[in-house]
Amino acid sequence: MYVEMKHITKTFDGFQASRDVNFGVEKGHLAALLGPSGSGKTTILRMIAGLDRPDSGDILINGARVNDLPGSKRGIGFVFQNYALFRYMTVADNIAFGLEVQKKSKGEIKSRVEELLELISMKDLGKRYPHQLSGGQRQRVAFARALAPNPQLLLLDEPFAAIDAKVRRELRTWLREMIERVGVTSIFVTHDQEEAMEVADMVIITNQGRVEQIGSPEEICLHPQTDFVKDFIDAERFEALMAIH
Amino acid sequence: MDAQIVKVKNKKGVRVIPGFGLSLGVTLAMLGCLVLIPLVSIFLSAAQLSFGDFIEVVTSRQVVSGYMVSLSCAFLAALVNAAFGTVLAWVLVRYDFPGKRLMDGLIELPFALPTAVAGISLTYLYSDQGWIGSLFDKIGIKIAYTRIGITIAMVFVGIPFVVRAVQPVLEKLDRQYEEAAMMLGASKLYTFFRVILPELFPALLAGFGLAFARGIGEYGSVVFIAGNIPYKTQIAPLLIMTKLEQYKYADATAIALVLLLLSFLLMFLINSIQIYMQKFSKA
Amino acid sequence: MSEKTKKAYETEETADGLHSIQKVIEPPHESSRPIIKYLLIGVCVLFLAVMLVIPLIVVAVNAFSDGWAAYQKAVMDEYTLKALWLTLLATVSAVVVNTIFGIFAAYLLSKFYFKGRQVLATLIDIPFSISPVIAGLVFILTFGNIGWMGDFLKAHDIKIVFAVPGVILATIFVTFPFVFRELFPVMNAQGKDEEEAAALMGANGFTIFRRITFPHIKWALLYGVILCTARAMGEFGAVSVISGHLRGKTNTLPLHVEILYNEFNTTAAFAVSSLLVILAVLILIARNIVEWKKK
Repeated sequence: MYVEMKHITKTFDGFQASRDVNFGVEKGHLAALLGPSGSGKTTILRMIAGLDRPDSGDILINGARVNDLPGSKRGIGFVFQNYALFRYMTVADNIAFGLEVQKKSKGEIKSRVEELLELISMKDLGKRYPHQLSGGQRQRVAFARALAPNPQLLLLDEPFAAIDAKVRRELRTWLREMIERVGVTSIFVTHDQEEAMEVADMVIITNQGRVEQIGSPEEICLHPQTDFVKDFIDAERFEALMAIH
Repeated sequence: MDAQIVKVKNKKGVRVIPGFGLSLGVTLAMLGCLVLIPLVSIFLSAAQLSFGDFIEVVTSRQVVSGYMVSLSCAFLAALVNAAFGTVLAWVLVRYDFPGKRLMDGLIELPFALPTAVAGISLTYLYSDQGWIGSLFDKIGIKIAYTRIGITIAMVFVGIPFVVRAVQPVLEKLDRQYEEAAMMLGASKLYTFFRVILPELFPALLAGFGLAFARGIGEYGSVVFIAGNIPYKTQIAPLLIMTKLEQYKYADATAIALVLLLLSFLLMFLINSIQIYMQKFSKA
Repeated sequence: MSEKTKKAYETEETADGLHSIQKVIEPPHESSRPIIKYLLIGVCVLFLAVMLVIPLIVVAVNAFSDGWAAYQKAVMDEYTLKALWLTLLATVSAVVVNTIFGIFAAYLLSKFYFKGRQVLATLIDIPFSISPVIAGLVFILTFGNIGWMGDFLKAHDIKIVFAVPGVILATIFVTFPFVFRELFPVMNAQGKDEEEAAALMGANGFTIFRRITFPHIKWALLYGVILCTARAMGEFGAVSVISGHLRGKTNTLPLHVEILYNEFNTTAAFAVSSLLVILAVLILIARNIVEWKKK
């Protein structure tokens, strides 16, 4: 297991966001945290990133306990829900920022930025500012920025939430391909079951701070283990989806 | 929904952004040394006064009349500003005309112009020999060295508060309300008072409160035009000044304390209105 | 639709082709009855003329009522120049101190959540809401002969009250929240996503401020500095209490105006005032340029 959550609990002002959360994600896999709003999925992601601290339990990355390690030292790339692109920096400067902070050489930064711009097919847009980009382009920049320092783990918080329904499907396929090509272990949060089932290798279903079920998309659809999962997953829709594939 | 939860989460989250300790340290140190410690002195000094002395000072005829002059003139000036400030904001937001930018820039003049300069200039203008004062003198109205003059000086310092409070709200106001009212056959005036004014009211009240507070404490622009006639045009801040010149520190402290508490009360009211406003606009 | 509106409409669209157009900026509705429009504009013009413009003209006319030579004499007077120097000193000190404070305090209150945040914001606003005379008084009660630090200062031969340090302290006090009040709303509206993202990538506090936060606030900062300058330069009540009116020593320009006026030296008072009016007009122009740039 590359990432492991062991007996994680977390309370905010009396609200229990995580209740004994346990799961693991294998190296190179793409996992989806799926659940309704307020089910605690974003909290889990933020705890892995070091943006929130669990009340108890262990977070392990690559076998080492990282609870007390600041987020910046965990080797993580994070794609924020609304991307949090630096508004006053160009696309290229955004992507370069993580490398600059690590005091990489100018030449190294330049070639890495070019490589990533190529990867996200935005070679000619490096000099643009975020407000001059479309929603889909912003997401791609956020993705490239997170990948720039070569993280071992990529976390994405509702990566498609801010994007038009029409373009969403296209981007989904794109992101899946990119992650496969780069080969980075990834976890993303979503409330959209179709998204989770289509993109992820494994799906972790959360509800009221608990993990309801973990498994491959097929497993979850064909053998839902709890009443909640049964209700939440629309099996018919999923079958139709599989038929298309 | 999700965004709100994240906000709650941040409350007890880890501090990811560096600089908390340094910012807190610098902020508290500077605020403490430059504002809070000196401010505490007034309470320390007041504590040395016996309660009887304190009451005697602040209820003496001269002091009570000073409070009354300050409060009544500041209130009146804030009312005048509320009316003209709303009209000014309306004209600046809703109409296009040559010189609009100049007018908009001019609103802030009372912020930029030193109060003493405003004070002597207004006094000159409204004295019975001044350009405007002489006109009123002919019909038997004296402005300088009366409460009318004090009110005019307070109107001068208070204008920007109301305009700058109302303007942004008016800019954001959805035209659909008005259009709906018009479609229902309401007249323009009726629409303004029944539809627009209630929307502006919280901002207007906040602007009114700020102008009122500024008027109560104002010294520079008022002191020249007031003329310092006991029981008639002596404002409270001037009384503090007079007591200080007579080295009556205890009396000055007592008068100041009451004025200070009045200001805090007013500030508390303004803050409450603004909090109410925010809740109201979110709902 | 006017040309200007059309343009705004188009840029909104191209800026973000995939998002639906969030809002269509409407042109100002022209009143169907222009009489009301011109009546209201007329009321405003009259009000501003009487309240703001004519007083400025009064200053100009009176300053030159005894001719250019008298004006020059009043302005170039030794005490006027000394007062100008002290005004500049106090203003620069207030701007520097309050800018440092404003940046740290706004960063603290907009980027971090902690208990007492609201209380702190209220405390910062105090100098804004109290009478300048009281602001001067608190320093006398602290550092004066009767103040609790009075004996200590006397023993070490440090003069604050009725001396230059007192004038500077009082000026700082009355303008204390000015920069903060301009920065805080901007930083707060910006949120902290960008800073959080940068911190996750391992950037240190200084880098985050310089590269991420500062570009967002530079205009607001300049705006705050301008407001702070205006208020500091013109402060009268607080400085009047604490200065002791020592001519040539603790007199600032506004205090010098008062002295001249009380000596019935009206022309000189207005001549010195005209210096302050020129500064105020420059500040207003700068303010409007910055406001325009901010948008």
